[in-house]
Amino acid sequence: MPEAPTFAPPTDQSILLPFAGTRREIAEYEAHGGYGSLRKAVGMTGEQLVEEMISSNLRGRGGAGFPAGRKASFLAPGGERYLVINADESEPGTFKDREIILRNPHMLIEGILIYLWMIRGTAAYIYIRGEYLKEAAILEGAIAQARAAGYVGAPLLGTDYVPEIYVHRGAGAYICGEETALLSSLNGDRGQPTAKPPFPAVSGAFKKPTLLNNVETVATVPVIIGMGGAAYAGIGTEQSTGTKMFSLSGHVRNPGNYEMPLSATYRDLIEGRGGGLPEGRSLKAFVPGGSSMPILMPNQLDTGLSFEAVVAAGSMAGSGAVIVVDDRTCMVRFALRTAEFYMHESCGKCTPCREGTRWITELLRKLEAGLGSSAEIDLLLDICDRVEGNCLCVLGDACAMPVRSHIRNFRAEFEEHCRLGRCPYPDDAPMSELYPPLLRAPLPMVAAT
Amino acid sequence: MADLYDQIQAEIAKYPDRRGAILPALRHAQEHYGWLSPEAIEAVAEGLDLSPARCVAVASFYDMFFLQPVGDHVVEVCTNLSCALVGSDTVLRRFEDELGVRAPGTSEDGAITLRRVECLGGCGWGPVVSVDEEYQEHFNPEDVGPLCERLRASRPTESHA
Repeated sequence: MPEAPTFAPPTDQSILLPFAGTRREIAEYEAHGGYGSLRKAVGMTGEQLVEEMISSNLRGRGGAGFPAGRKASFLAPGGERYLVINADESEPGTFKDREIILRNPHMLIEGILIYLWMIRGTAAYIYIRGEYLKEAAILEGAIAQARAAGYVGAPLLGTDYVPEIYVHRGAGAYICGEETALLSSLNGDRGQPTAKPPFPAVSGAFKKPTLLNNVETVATVPVIIGMGGAAYAGIGTEQSTGTKMFSLSGHVRNPGNYEMPLSATYRDLIEGRGGGLPEGRSLKAFVPGGSSMPILMPNQLDTGLSFEAVVAAGSMAGSGAVIVVDDRTCMVRFALRTAEFYMHESCGKCTPCREGTRWITELLRKLEAGLGSSAEIDLLLDICDRVEGNCLCVLGDACAMPVRSHIRNFRAEFEEHCRLGRCPYPDDAPMSELYPPLLRAPLPMVAAT
Repeated sequence: MADLYDQIQAEIAKYPDRRGAILPALRHAQEHYGWLSPEAIEAVAEGLDLSPARCVAVASFYDMFFLQPVGDHVVEVCTNLSCALVGSDTVLRRFEDELGVRAPGTSEDGAITLRRVECLGGCGWGPVVSVDEEYQEHFNPEDVGPLCERLRASRPTESHA
């Protein structure tokens, strides 16, 4: 029988999820100090709260790492303003926001209420990916409990401000995690990105000024208000403060979500919390922050988990999704599976992404089938260059960046496929070849120029 | 369907602009009709006071809306990186053998539609299979047979179509 997910136990460094199991009932949450930060926040002005956020130096947990306090300060003034929570968690390898919702939904609700008070928002919409059916129900339940307790839909704690929170379910589209696409989708259009400006802070949900933040970012706010921004900034590194949830998956003994201070390293995560690779296998590469990020190599295990350390290592921390790949894995298949995802999820609006992701995927299929040539490996790199940076959003980049890193680090393996005329890995390697092996007849051979 | 119309009106009340309610409205319609048939789209368009063309344009963007009929049950296998590394391809193949179709496809008896899907967000608990929108984690090839047997046994007596 399939087993239910298990949650990693906390450590003495856990501040987001400092308990084992779940805490879904409001009484239980309040018994552990829950909604205390909201009471504290209501005694502060919006400006003071933004200052507190800025002093914490919290960086957004959705992937870009933009300072959350500064983002809040950009919100255009106006009577009607919205808060949108991005719970569209879809970057392959990422399942941390889901764990926050499953285990501690009221922490997110409390964070939303603090944010709403800070901006005097008209309402908050939680845009949750459609597949998270159970999680959406848990959030609806938590909101109903908060409503019954007088935190939602009634004057907030003796003030005249009435907060409102809605759950809005997506319907299956990776691109809707991108902020402008998410807002297009919420506004009832196809979920395609739009040009900026206008930025969401000026025209977002329902064409009104909108502040958009990731689940984990918002869930961290009660911690920051509770302990104070300066104390929070004392955790982690100077440029990457606090703790963050890391989603660990792939070839590792103990996969799961782990809350780590941002001063820790990938070795602490993969070998320390994750227990390393299964017996007899060795590390080939690892994805440091979701499948769109360039891979890192075994000699980079001591790279810090901080945003700046991962950039210095040549990649990006992204969503914090770490995928561990062992030595039995074919990197051409790995690249192909990565590219195929972005091809499927390209919204089709910008030509370099729509066409480029398809070319990248088809060339990788050809190479994996042993029908490619060395010149086509160069062609692949050339296409990556033509996609990257040329579109409205970064989905095309998200395909080009990892594929380029797979080739750069494992060029010999790509060449070997061409030389042998087949994949050198056995049938029982961790990932099969995909079918149909080629979408159409092989692309014509193109000579490098 | 008066109750679908009422459900759509209740959704509209949550948004400052009724167009915001298009995704929940489409979802309710799909639950009523089993898939987004022309009749279902017509009902959504009427409920939202939008054109059917606009409703189809939005619905066709998303993976979770069915613009073609599906089986009584929908089984989706994640084959993205994390699940693939721990054996999802074998699970998918086992389903294909069991059902006698290649994904995406519906078994001949109309009981089960099989689809290959992208990351479902259960990466540390893979392989992940979604059965009628309910996740089953740590899904092994040997779970395929018993699941299909159970699903075949629990078919609605009244067909959606």
